Amino acid sequence: MLSVGIEDEEKWLAEGIAGIQHNAFYMHQAMDANSLREGLKYSAQMLSELRTSKLSPHRYYELYMRAFDELRMLEIFFKDESRHGVTVVDLYELVQHAGNILPRLYLLCTVGSVYMKSKEVPAKEVLKDLVEMCRGVQHPIRGLFLRHYLAQVSRDILLDINSEGEGDADTVMEAVEFVLQNFTEMNKLWVRIQLQGPARLREKQEKERSELRDLVGKNLHVLSQIEGVNLEMYKQTVLPRVLEQVVNCKDELAQYYLMECIIQVFPDEYHLQTLETLLGVCPQLQATVDIRMVLSQLMDRLSNYAVSNADVIPEFLHVEAFAKLSNAIGKVIEAQVDMPIVGAITLYVSLLTFTLRVHPDRLDYVDQILGACVKKLSSQPKIEDARATKQIVMLLSAPLEKYNGIVTALTLSNYPRVMDHLDNATNKVMAMVIIQSIMKNNSCISTADKVDVLFELIKGLIKDLEEASVDELDEEDFKEEQNSVARLLHMLHNDDPGEMLKIICTVKKHILCGGPNRLPFTVPPLIFSALNLIRQLQNQDGDVVGEEQHEVGDEAEEMHATPKKIFQILNQLIEALSSVPAPELALRLYLECAEAANDCDLEPVAYEFFTQAFIIYEEDIADSKAQVTAIHLIIGTLQRMNVFGVENRDTLTHKATGYSAKLLKKPDQCRAVYACSHLFWVDDPEGIKDGERVLLCLKRALRIANAAQQMANVTRGSSGPVTLFVEILNKYLYYFEKGNQQITNAAIQGLIELITTELQTDSPSANPAPAPDAFFTSTLRYIQFQKQKGGVMGERYDSINV
Amino acid sequence: MVLVLALGDLHIPHRAPDLPEKFKSMLVPGKIQHIICTGNLCIKEVHDYLKTICPDLHITRGEYDEETRYPETKTLTIGQFKLGLCHGHQVIPWGDLDSLAMMQRQLDVDILVTGHTHQFTAYKHEGGVVINPGSATGAYSSITYDVNPSFVLMDIDGLRVVVYVYELIDGEVKVDKIDFKKTTTTAH
Repeated sequence: MLSVGIEDEEKWLAEGIAGIQHNAFYMHQAMDANSLREGLKYSAQMLSELRTSKLSPHRYYELYMRAFDELRMLEIFFKDESRHGVTVVDLYELVQHAGNILPRLYLLCTVGSVYMKSKEVPAKEVLKDLVEMCRGVQHPIRGLFLRHYLAQVSRDILLDINSEGEGDADTVMEAVEFVLQNFTEMNKLWVRIQLQGPARLREKQEKERSELRDLVGKNLHVLSQIEGVNLEMYKQTVLPRVLEQVVNCKDELAQYYLMECIIQVFPDEYHLQTLETLLGVCPQLQATVDIRMVLSQLMDRLSNYAVSNADVIPEFLHVEAFAKLSNAIGKVIEAQVDMPIVGAITLYVSLLTFTLRVHPDRLDYVDQILGACVKKLSSQPKIEDARATKQIVMLLSAPLEKYNGIVTALTLSNYPRVMDHLDNATNKVMAMVIIQSIMKNNSCISTADKVDVLFELIKGLIKDLEEASVDELDEEDFKEEQNSVARLLHMLHNDDPGEMLKIICTVKKHILCGGPNRLPFTVPPLIFSALNLIRQLQNQDGDVVGEEQHEVGDEAEEMHATPKKIFQILNQLIEALSSVPAPELALRLYLECAEAANDCDLEPVAYEFFTQAFIIYEEDIADSKAQVTAIHLIIGTLQRMNVFGVENRDTLTHKATGYSAKLLKKPDQCRAVYACSHLFWVDDPEGIKDGERVLLCLKRALRIANAAQQMANVTRGSSGPVTLFVEILNKYLYYFEKGNQQITNAAIQGLIELITTELQTDSPSANPAPAPDAFFTSTLRYIQFQKQKGGVMGERYDSINV
Repeated sequence: MVLVLALGDLHIPHRAPDLPEKFKSMLVPGKIQHIICTGNLCIKEVHDYLKTICPDLHITRGEYDEETRYPETKTLTIGQFKLGLCHGHQVIPWGDLDSLAMMQRQLDVDILVTGHTHQFTAYKHEGGVVINPGSATGAYSSITYDVNPSFVLMDIDGLRVVVYVYELIDGEVKVDKIDFKKTTTTAH
């Protein structure tokens, strides 16, 4: 066979086919002439062509099919006794005279089929006879096809057994026995194909052999179709016998195929009831058999079964399907020491998929699977195999998808332990998946305990893990991650203030480990969470007022949420932030807190926050533009504070005006100083109204504007600072309207004339600066508008000329 | 007819995780010609998101914006209207109408849009309009309690502008409409 080329094979096949056609021609002639003797002679010669050993399985099959078609014709001829005048019983004897065993057995099977259909003899006897006699052919391919022929001609008879009413248990049993025996013999022949020939032809043979597998599998199909094969018989006879052959053949290809075949052809409920037997075989299979696929297929089938009929779920529980599967997987992993880690994880993924589909309510099962996984992974601190990592991510993502978010997964004690085995980069990816899942499902994490677990899960994002080096981080990615964490913090919420405070403390504990790069992202959202809680407490007045009385000696008070406690936490948080340093952010947050303390009527707290803001302003904000914004925020906040007594207020306003006048650029000084005027005039009934100090501020602003203009004239003759005068004029008008007696008509009139003059002296320089002009024009138009309005305001404006 | 979306003070992710889903589903690309945003987005992701709704995006700087290059004030002309934009933390007292009116005169605009207070307001003032679209995420504010998410759509048509206010109250979007006509006295 070594020198066999494809061309030779083609030639032999053609010769074989020609031989069949030639003899078939004479066979047909004989049949037409109703000559039994001639017919038998030529049919035997035709079948002799199947005795060849030269063809590969593939081509042998082609030859076989030619002969098969002819045998169908012969069978019809045999059936018609009127044509050849020989009874079927005699015919059965007659064909045994054929000279060669292979043609003899083909003819015997053909007549046997007619014999059984004639019902002159119990089918079982003929079947038994045939299946025994076929042993005479031991050449693998010839034997396999012969038995295949036997299976084909007997199929209809086997399937008829029950429908014809003669299907007592014994008959069925005999039929099953026949198929099992034929199956066993066929499988043996099939397996032997591989054992022939040199190693270098192995691959080709393997492929060709695989093409023959359905010949063997056909028997299992027949078994599944025999009506009498009920669960009991399947359990007692069919499955054990089939599995026995599966195990004993010790052939990788056969074992895999047959397991697959068993799973596919027999009904779901049979599998469910024989799980233990079926699974028990798995560890006995050859180590190279892909048991993962086998088990996955089984679990897929079973879970589809459960999903399509909800009423079978109790049966799953009754037979302890999960425990059996889980156990089997454990044993397979244990038995196959060489199985790569990815293989084991894939098995767990399949089991998890099964569990989530069949028992979505059994979180204990899910946790058990994760636990088994942790055990398997325990030998390796971090998984390095990319495929295994992918499987772990699947394992961890599946519960998130199933339960629409993390809240359920947080109760799984083994979840974080599995995550620990991921490498840092994947761990972060998984943490992001978790966060995204929370955001997508809008899930609220509502207890401090769960928050704690959650932070454990996403710790890769929360702090630097030991092995991670800083330079591996891409700045954009880092930002995205941290912003996701910031978003997440808004999902940690409980309406109960006590629990909410616990949540805040838990978050604080975790994020303060984040280091200077993370704090600017994570502190602000927590600050605003805490400020919201304070708001909530303010709305429940009673509690806040009552806090002082039961603060002493009450254990439960420890976590009782009070604004004071929360302000302490806020202070610590901002302190951490300012040491980053992140002065601008810290200053803004101090001011937010100061105003919140103001609203809670906590003067010392508010004062403390303000003091901190000023310290940061003095020490850490150096950029002149940043100073301008900061001072406006300080003035804006301070203007709104009403909690301060005279002394504290004076200290703070004094500082604010002082810093305003010290800004780098004159226009900025001027604007900040006139803004300070509002610190002395709060436009509500209880607000401070110190007209004199307002005027002092405005006058000071005017002086600065003058100075600014002189500087501008010296340097470039610019008209820019005229804007400042118009701005100040507007401030005069503002207080004038508010009834500040210090602001007189004369002063306003003077200012208008000053600006008019400035604009005129400025125009020869032909500087194209229409802005102050437009501003001034619209201001004058405003005055006009107020004059025309009449009433008290109109009267007041009466004496101002524009 | 030109549609202008005005919004601001989203404070993402400091004070809110994202825009309300209901708003997002309303703000689809292709319908709006201009966006004016008063500031405090606060991060680039939000900037990029707004760009997807409409590429003509005008932003002024809020005190929490990470992007420091946004200007303090901005003016633009849309149809017959001159619009001014400013976050508003620079205008003291915060949210004070008379002080905002001064800024309106200074920028010499018909419509001044500012934020900072997280409180939706729209006033006619000397023939002009002063609008605060509120906070699009309903973010916490030290100035305003119980902030509802809100934004403003301005439908500018000739000398007329219709201001639609969208406010999310208890999960439902409420729409209010305010009509302004530009008087010729402010025309330039």
